[in-house]
Amino acid sequence: MIIEYIIPRLDFSAAGKASTDMKHRLTQLGLPPALIKRVAIAMYEAEMNIAIHGDGGRAEIEISKDGITTCFIDHGPGIPDIELAMQEGYSTASEEIRDMGFGAGMGLPNMKKNADELIIQSELNKGTTVQMHFRLPAGEP
Amino acid sequence: MRATEIAQIINAEIIVGKEIAYDLDVETACGSDLMSDVIAFVKERVALLSGLTNPQVLRTADLMDIRLIIFVRGKKPSEEMIQMAREQGIVLMRTHDTMFVACGKLYQAGIKGDS
Repeated sequence: MIIEYIIPRLDFSAAGKASTDMKHRLTQLGLPPALIKRVAIAMYEAEMNIAIHGDGGRAEIEISKDGITTCFIDHGPGIPDIELAMQEGYSTASEEIRDMGFGAGMGLPNMKKNADELIIQSELNKGTTVQMHFRLPAGEP
Repeated sequence: MRATEIAQIINAEIIVGKEIAYDLDVETACGSDLMSDVIAFVKERVALLSGLTNPQVLRTADLMDIRLIIFVRGKKPSEEMIQMAREQGIVLMRTHDTMFVACGKLYQAGIKGDS
């Protein structure tokens, strides 16, 4: 099953809808709450990154027997230094964005902490693709 | 501690969820205006104290299974937020205390930090 979400640019009313929708879908599928929370948190951070930094974009979520794979794609400015962006507390968010409660510099670290695999591909002025995989615990359908 | 007792301690008005506040039990709390920090550091089902009033506070609460949000410094949530809280079954409160004072009163009353 593949589910697609469109993530609008700087729309803070809509941002976060994909992750909360997915949280409820996964709950309906009866997956373990701890796994659902990890997926929802990592997706939320990726979603906010696209809304804030990526000029908007889209998310594709695949649910299979191997687990949950999320792919976040934007055509924004790209990340110049991924290693630096991975550091806790590092953020390029504007003062205006920080006033709204974002830009703590915990987005990518939160994704890394919650996903079983995280792959970031980024090219300057072309965009960024963030792929995350979450394994299902043994014995889950 | 019942959410209704929390409201008394910090002299807060319950904006949404009066009918569920009495049965809502909260032992730990977290005070932050940065939602990513809430996501990074909260482990238990806490009460969230925040001066931030935008829909992302509700989304963060939804993600983290937070059932009580207390707005400090007299901040008022928007109609959209009130509606979201109703749908999500979250209790919203508002106190005129500052973040520091509200956290201090609750800590003194026995509410613990989440760490």
